Amino acid sequence: MQSQARLGFFLLLTPLLLWLGLLILIPHVDMALLSLRERVGVGQYTTSLANYGIFFGEPLYMWTFLRTAVMSVLATVITLIIAFPVAYYIAKMARGRTRSALFLLCLVPFWVSELVRTFGWMILLRETGLFSSLLQWAGLATGPVEMLYNDAAIMVGLVYTSMLFMVVPLVTTLESLDDAVIEAGYDLGGSGLSVLREIIIPHAMPGIVSGSIVVFMLSLGNYLTPTMLGGKDSLWFTELIYSQFIVRFNWELGAAFGFMLLFLSSVIVWGTLRLTGQTLERTMG
Amino acid sequence: MKNTMIIGATLAVSLAGLAQADTLRLLTWGGYAPENVIEMFEKETGHTVEVTLSNNEEMIAKLRATGGGGFDLAQPSQDRISGPQAEFGIYKPIDLSRIDASQFIDSMLAATKANTTIDGAVHAVPHVWGTSGLVIDTAKADMVRDYTDLCNADLAGKVSYRLKRPTLIGFAFAMGMDPFAAYDDPAAYAEMMEKVEAKLIECKPLVKTYWGGGDELMGLLRSGEVTASMAWDTGGWKLNGEMPDITFVAPASGALGWIDTFALPAKGQADDAAYDWINFVMRPEVSAMITEAAGNFTASKGADQFASDGLKAQFQASFPQAAIDNIKWYPPVPAGLEAIEGGILDRVKAAN
Repeated sequence: MQSQARLGFFLLLTPLLLWLGLLILIPHVDMALLSLRERVGVGQYTTSLANYGIFFGEPLYMWTFLRTAVMSVLATVITLIIAFPVAYYIAKMARGRTRSALFLLCLVPFWVSELVRTFGWMILLRETGLFSSLLQWAGLATGPVEMLYNDAAIMVGLVYTSMLFMVVPLVTTLESLDDAVIEAGYDLGGSGLSVLREIIIPHAMPGIVSGSIVVFMLSLGNYLTPTMLGGKDSLWFTELIYSQFIVRFNWELGAAFGFMLLFLSSVIVWGTLRLTGQTLERTMG
Repeated sequence: MKNTMIIGATLAVSLAGLAQADTLRLLTWGGYAPENVIEMFEKETGHTVEVTLSNNEEMIAKLRATGGGGFDLAQPSQDRISGPQAEFGIYKPIDLSRIDASQFIDSMLAATKANTTIDGAVHAVPHVWGTSGLVIDTAKADMVRDYTDLCNADLAGKVSYRLKRPTLIGFAFAMGMDPFAAYDDPAAYAEMMEKVEAKLIECKPLVKTYWGGGDELMGLLRSGEVTASMAWDTGGWKLNGEMPDITFVAPASGALGWIDTFALPAKGQADDAAYDWINFVMRPEVSAMITEAAGNFTASKGADQFASDGLKAQFQASFPQAAIDNIKWYPPVPAGLEAIEGGILDRVKAAN
C-alpha cells in the first residue's frame, strides 16, 4: 500500500520534474556555460569571465539595466494604483452578471495577440493618429501632436498589457475578506481612509505582492512594447539581449546579459520583499 | 503471388517517385518566392515548397542554432556568407555543375563566386540585387542629396533611419571615408566608426525615430510624418507609384549595393529540390515574376525584357549611368566586425 502511494507520488511528480529539468534547468546550464566562453579568434573560444567584465566595464549596459528596472517598478506602481479600485469594485461591489461582465472586460484585450494590441496603441498615439486628430478637432491643439516614440508611450503600453495580472490576484484576495469585518471597522468609528489602511490593504497584501512581482517581471522581460512604442532614446534591456544574439552573432555576451537580468531582477524582488516585511511563502502559500 | 509482385513493383515505383519529389524548406526574404511562382514550380517538378521569411541576421542566427539544419536553401546577402561560414560552418559548397550558368548575368555570377569562395569552394550564386540609399519626399526635402544631409536642422523631427550597419557604412562614405577599405584592419575600422558615432549622436535630436521594419517606415513616409529617410530602392519606388513626390534617390557618395544569393545550409536534406528551384527561378520569365513581386531586379540574363515599364522608368530616374557606376558593392564582411559596430550602435541608441 505504502509502495503504491510512493509510486503514485513519483508518477505525479514526473511531468513537473521533466518540465523543470528539460525546459528550465538544462537550457540555463547551457546558457551559463555559453556566457563563460570568450571568442579569441575565428571559431576559437576559451573559458573566461570576459563577458561579465564587458557588462560591468561599459557603463551604458548598467545604465540601460537601471533604466529598465526603474521603469518596470514605475509601471508596477501605476498598474497597482489603477487596478486596486477596479479589483475592489469587482470583488466587493458588483454582483452577479455585472461582476462576470466586468471580469470579462478585463480579459477581452488578451484575446488578441500582444503585437496587435501594441499596434493598436501605435494607431491611436501617432502624429496622424486618432488622439492627435481629436485634439486638433476640439481646438485643444494647433498642430499635429506626437505622442508615440517616448517613454510615456512605453508606460501606457506596459500598464495596459499587465493590468489583468494585477486584477486577478487582487480580486481573489479581496473576495476572501468578510464584509462584516469592513462593517465592524466603520462601526468602531473608522473613516473610509483608516478602514482602507488598517483592514483592506493588510488583508490584500499577499495579492498586492504577488501581483506586483508578476507585473514587474513581465515588464522587465517585455520586448515588443518597448521596441514598438519607444523612441530613439528608449533602450530596453531585453533589446540589448536580442541584438547580441541575433544581430551581432555574439551569443556569449547575450547569454551573460541574460544571466545578469535573471540575477539582478531576483535581487530586486528579494530586496523589495525584505523591505516590505513579506515573505514568498506567505504570498504564494 | 503475381498480385504481390505487382503491389511490390508499384510500391517500389511510388517510393522512387517520393525520393525525387522533395519538400524544399526555403529560408528567404519577403517577395522572393511569390505564390504564383511556387505554384508553377510545384506543378512542374512535383516538389513542395515551404517558405520561411527572414532577414540576413535572423537567417544566420537560425542556421547557427541548428548548425546549418532545418532548411534546404537560404538566401543571405553575398557579403554575409564567408564570415559566418568561417565562424560557424553553416553552409556547404555549391555544386556548380548542377547550376545552369548560362541563365546568369556573367559579371554578377563571377563577383558572387569570388566573394563566397572559401577554401577553393564556391558557397553561393547570385539571385536578387538592389541598393539602399535615400527615400525622399522631393516636395519637402529636396535639399537631401547625401546621407549626411539627413542631419539638416530644417528637417528636424522629419527624418528617420535604421540603427543598423548600412547606416554606419553610408554615413562613413558620406563623411569622405572608405569603410570597405578598412574592413581588414579592425583598429582603423573602429576609429572610423567612432567618428561616425560622434556624427550620429550629433544628428540624433533631429531624428523622429529609428525605424525597425520596412512597413513601419512606409507608414511614416505615407502619412507625411517623415519626409527624408534611408531605405531600400524598392521601398521608394513602391511609394512613388502611390505618391509621385516620394522617390528613391541615389546618394552623392554612392548607393550601397547588395546581392542576395542562394546558399545551401550545411545540413540541408533536399539538395535536388534546391538546385531545381535555383534553375527554375533563374529563367528570365520566372525572374520577371519575382521582380514584379519583390520590386528588385535579378541576376537572371534577359529578365529585364519582361520587367514592367513602370519599374524600368523608376529605375532609370533614380539611377543615371553615373549613379550606377558609383554604387558601392558590399565586400564580404570579415568575422568579428559586427562586434565593433554593435558597440557603436548601442552607444548611439543610448545617447541623449
